[in-house]
Amino acid sequence: MLTDASNTPFALEFKSASFSVPVLVLTTDDMDVIEQKLQEKVRKAPEFFKHSPLILDLQEANNQGCLIDLFELVGIIRKVGLFPIGIRGGNAQQNKQALELQLPTHSISSRDAPPLDEKKQDTASQEPEVNTHASSNIAVAATTLITYPIRSGQRIYAKGDLVVLTQVSAGAEIIAEGNIHVYNSLRGRALAGVQGDVEARIFCFDLQAELISIAGNYKISEDLGDSVKGKAVQIYLQDQALIIKDIELHH
Amino acid sequence: MARIIVVTSGKGGVGKTTTSAAIAMGLAKRGHKTAVIDFDVGLRNLDLIMGCERRVVYDFVNVINEEATLNQALIRDKNCNLLYILPASQTRDKDALSQEGVGRVLDELKKDFKYIVCDSPAGIEKGAHLAMYFADDAFVVTNPEVSSVRDSDRMLGLLASKSRRAEQNEEPINEFLLLTRYSPDRVKLGEMLSVDDVQDILSLHLLGVIPESKSVLNASNSGTPVILDEKSDAGQAYADIVARYLGEDRPHRFIEDKKGFFRKLFGG
Repeated sequence: MLTDASNTPFALEFKSASFSVPVLVLTTDDMDVIEQKLQEKVRKAPEFFKHSPLILDLQEANNQGCLIDLFELVGIIRKVGLFPIGIRGGNAQQNKQALELQLPTHSISSRDAPPLDEKKQDTASQEPEVNTHASSNIAVAATTLITYPIRSGQRIYAKGDLVVLTQVSAGAEIIAEGNIHVYNSLRGRALAGVQGDVEARIFCFDLQAELISIAGNYKISEDLGDSVKGKAVQIYLQDQALIIKDIELHH
Repeated sequence: MARIIVVTSGKGGVGKTTTSAAIAMGLAKRGHKTAVIDFDVGLRNLDLIMGCERRVVYDFVNVINEEATLNQALIRDKNCNLLYILPASQTRDKDALSQEGVGRVLDELKKDFKYIVCDSPAGIEKGAHLAMYFADDAFVVTNPEVSSVRDSDRMLGLLASKSRRAEQNEEPINEFLLLTRYSPDRVKLGEMLSVDDVQDILSLHLLGVIPESKSVLNASNSGTPVILDEKSDAGQAYADIVARYLGEDRPHRFIEDKKGFFRKLFGG
């Protein structure tokens, strides 16, 4: 996030990412039955299950009073060629066993949908948010167009480019994975290329922003010089530094 | 068709209750049967401003809880028989309000009244939310200073996203700006935002400017809505606002300095 750290070479970087991992929900402690059922499943779709990571969900079994021994269960799962990467819903004993097996324990969150296929896109959700995901079937994220004023406290997230024809008030936040265009006053925060697109740009007619950011490189209002304030500008990234440049408007 | 008006602001102390009382009285005086509801449960004030505090028997929460009928709780105004007041409960809090209950009371009022004015509490929590949720029109009361303007902006965002009209994808709420406690002198000195400054930030249709005036405090203390003080500048400003809301074209007053004309003459 430091804009002046361009000269420091770095060896590693932590990034946040989310993955879709199959969860194995168990309802019995009969290890023979588990092994048999697993082998049947794997035989039906060997390519899908080959070396597949797996999270073991023990909550249901524990609720039913089944006593699953984690050492034994993990042994069976590895034997059929799957890689357990964690457990959830375990009791104290099972969590201790997981620790010994160097498996992380995950919490059961209410957001998990029970069936595997029903993936739900979870956007950054804050109270008066306006979800503006373009509902088209085109694979490329479409442009989101906003024609009403974006007021203080509102948040807009666009999967692709974001075009705003109205003012963006102080205390509002507009976020796009692509470029941002504001054909009016930009007084709130504008974050372009939030998934890491360093080519993304911000264009606005009247720069009064509280914060501008491209791919995580940001400047706050205080750092915006008077020479660009209130001007029509474009903002882009060059060598990890934000460049703010006048746009020549021909009338 | 009845219309529900919410008088709201986000920030406290900007003149919501004064405005609610004045415009409700103004609409009733113009011949429209009007009810004004105090949504500030626990901090009841509207009855004081309307001068009916000694006639409160039942309140809004009693009606919501079906402990009293609407007719038992509505208080007829002493100055205008087309105006009725539904006071808030002083002994309860905002949790006593429910969306379903408020909706039911408003539906019942709509059968009998032309205008229903909802006096919103400050803040953006439950009381304020329910006051604006069912609104058709919103009067956003703003003082000419930055924090009030920002809170109004926030409230406008909520009107556009969290109201019934927004949730059901109906035509959006009509939003109007009322700039209160305006003092042209202080604007000139740079101590206050000007009408243009506020318009620039909020870009909202200006319904009227209410000048800072002693008559407002006097009216509150005596329990008569300031609009009845026809000689006062604030009373006239509210009368203009009601007229504009009803579709009349009236030029804006009170934006310029009163002495402007003489200053121009004498180069002051």
